[in-house]
Amino acid sequence: MDKSDYIIQVEHVTKRFDGGKVVLNDVSLNIKRGEFVTLLGPSGCGKTTLLRIIAGFTQPTEGKVLLSGKDITTLPPYQRPVNTVFQRYALFPHLNVYDNVAFGLKLQKVSEDEIDKRVMSALRIVGMNEYEERNVNALSGGQQQRVAIARAIVNRPQVLLLDEPLSALDHKLRVDMQLELKQMHRDLGITFIFVTHDQEEALSMSDTIVVMNDSVIQQIGTPTDIYNEPANPFVADFIGESNILNGIMKRDFVVNFMDKDFPCVDKGFEADAPIDVVIRPEDVVMHKDPKDGQWTGRVTSCIFKGIHYEMLVQTPDGYEIQVQDYTAYPAGTEVGMSVAPENLHVMPCQSLYNAIDATVIDATHVFMLGAAFETKLHTLPKGTHVKVAVDFDKVDLLDDPADGTAEGQIRNILYKGNHYFIDVKCSNGANIQVDTNDVWEDWDMIGISIKPEDIRIIN
Amino acid sequence: MVSKILANRANWVWPYAIVLLVFVVMPLVMIVYYSFQDAEGQWSLHNFHKFFLSTDSLNTLIYSIGIAMITTILCILLGYPAAYFMSKKEYGLPKVMAALFILPMWINVLLRTLATVALFDFAHLPLGEGALIFGMVYNFLPFMVYPIYNTMLKMDGSLIEAAQDLGASPRKVFTEVFFPLSMPGVYSGIVMVFMPTISTFALAELLTMNNVKLFGTLIQENINAGLLGYGAALSLIVLILIGLTSFFDSEE
Repeated sequence: MDKSDYIIQVEHVTKRFDGGKVVLNDVSLNIKRGEFVTLLGPSGCGKTTLLRIIAGFTQPTEGKVLLSGKDITTLPPYQRPVNTVFQRYALFPHLNVYDNVAFGLKLQKVSEDEIDKRVMSALRIVGMNEYEERNVNALSGGQQQRVAIARAIVNRPQVLLLDEPLSALDHKLRVDMQLELKQMHRDLGITFIFVTHDQEEALSMSDTIVVMNDSVIQQIGTPTDIYNEPANPFVADFIGESNILNGIMKRDFVVNFMDKDFPCVDKGFEADAPIDVVIRPEDVVMHKDPKDGQWTGRVTSCIFKGIHYEMLVQTPDGYEIQVQDYTAYPAGTEVGMSVAPENLHVMPCQSLYNAIDATVIDATHVFMLGAAFETKLHTLPKGTHVKVAVDFDKVDLLDDPADGTAEGQIRNILYKGNHYFIDVKCSNGANIQVDTNDVWEDWDMIGISIKPEDIRIIN
Repeated sequence: MVSKILANRANWVWPYAIVLLVFVVMPLVMIVYYSFQDAEGQWSLHNFHKFFLSTDSLNTLIYSIGIAMITTILCILLGYPAAYFMSKKEYGLPKVMAALFILPMWINVLLRTLATVALFDFAHLPLGEGALIFGMVYNFLPFMVYPIYNTMLKMDGSLIEAAQDLGASPRKVFTEVFFPLSMPGVYSGIVMVFMPTISTFALAELLTMNNVKLFGTLIQENINAGLLGYGAALSLIVLILIGLTSFFDSEE
């Protein structure tokens, strides 16, 4: 693609705060002129920091930001042809609506007549043209929001940055504003970069979604791509509801999970390759007669959600499947379930076991994850750097951090149908993953123990 | 009987009402009463005539207002930058500095003023108008710094960013956003400095060896000499002045 079609290029941006916390880790991104791009992710994933780096309020520790090919990384915000709509609007309390909107134009020394024309036009676009004399403190949240948008677009920026602008509004107003913003984007033709943690908002408004988590970009794609073909379990779990299960790709077009073979439309995997399969609850077909389904189960809960019913079904071998259907199947009903082959989305497994960096302490101990772990007898000399493999289900997590050999914090919990797949950040900064049936919560501090026989030194 | 009185909550207000009556309302009434009395004990505007016809008294009043204005302006010129540097993290001044500003307040004002006199003696500097203004500014500076400092601390950082985002250079950010929004603090400070300065007299006596006469001194002299009527009239004039300047604050 021709470089000149990209209005914003983010190149290998890393942002580290004092104290070592990495908020953005080697993030690269190209945004096309006129696009509506959404940065989507949970709190703390780095999306707001990335937006602020593009706006100029903060500088990256490493990396560059280009605007139409020009390096603007160190350019201060007042010299960038970029305007921001802030989450809490940041309207100037000592100025009325008109003066707020005219603020940027007055700084550019635009003529009075021109200012008046453009301010009134911007206010008309946001539907606030009767309010120019008003005190901004007397406006409602939605009205303040519109003034904030007018204040930004009146300067005709090349890029409009929006930092979760709708999160303070109630649901109905939020949905209305989403439509209005989308319409504004079409009418104005400028590039929008929108930050939100609400995946429905992202799916309904964006041309492109950038899914972020834990300082890294997880996936970039159109809303339909991201929804139908999530690149990894995090994206699958974050976008929409989903059932994510461990499985094996038996051979082309046949995937095995829940100990059964299912026809699917994926191919190109090695025989018996371990995979994750994603099934959206709305793609599970319920059958009144259990014999009609590909597998059976008993409904454990049925909740009315307005448009559909949301049900949980327990299978005989211990899997819990989430299902959405227009028909209610009350708790206790035995049902059959099936999924069309094209609705089974197969993702390659990221890894099969934890590969951990370790240092040999003595013949029966290695130092890893910030602590000394006991191992089986080995013959490597003290001080050797090795890689250690530990299967996901061989890591024990303990309630009291002091009871474990090492300590860590739970960062992400993924339900895999019959167990939990947990991301743990250890106290020394390393990440490991754990399979467990215990129920934990995000941000729990835990102790980590591994039996000596489960620690395999692999090189 | 007593317990019945105590049981009614409304009655609990009486002790405070009595204190207010005796120590606040009565004195005010007395000042107003005496100010309209002439030497023979008759109702008249004699005292006010005397004041407005006496060039000395009028000069003293205008002089006192002048000193108060100079003090206030000096306090703003010194206090605003001090508050600014203390409130901005990037200048690295520890929070304890703000506390240090208020420490002198814990020492009695007369002690401090006498110490200032000693300091001037030690430095071979003459007492007089200069010493008076120095002493006034030194005494009232914290009252100016604190409101401005608090207003600056509480200022919404995103407003600064919004101004930058809309194209304001650091200088413009200051003049268009920061300075206007710090004004409420400055008004507070003015009110806390200007009003008391008009009526101080102890500082004037000590720091000028009684050479400079402020309005407060004038009042004190007349009361001591037994001219209660005149003294009361002068007090009433100051009270009205203070009342007028307090409108300056709420006008914002």
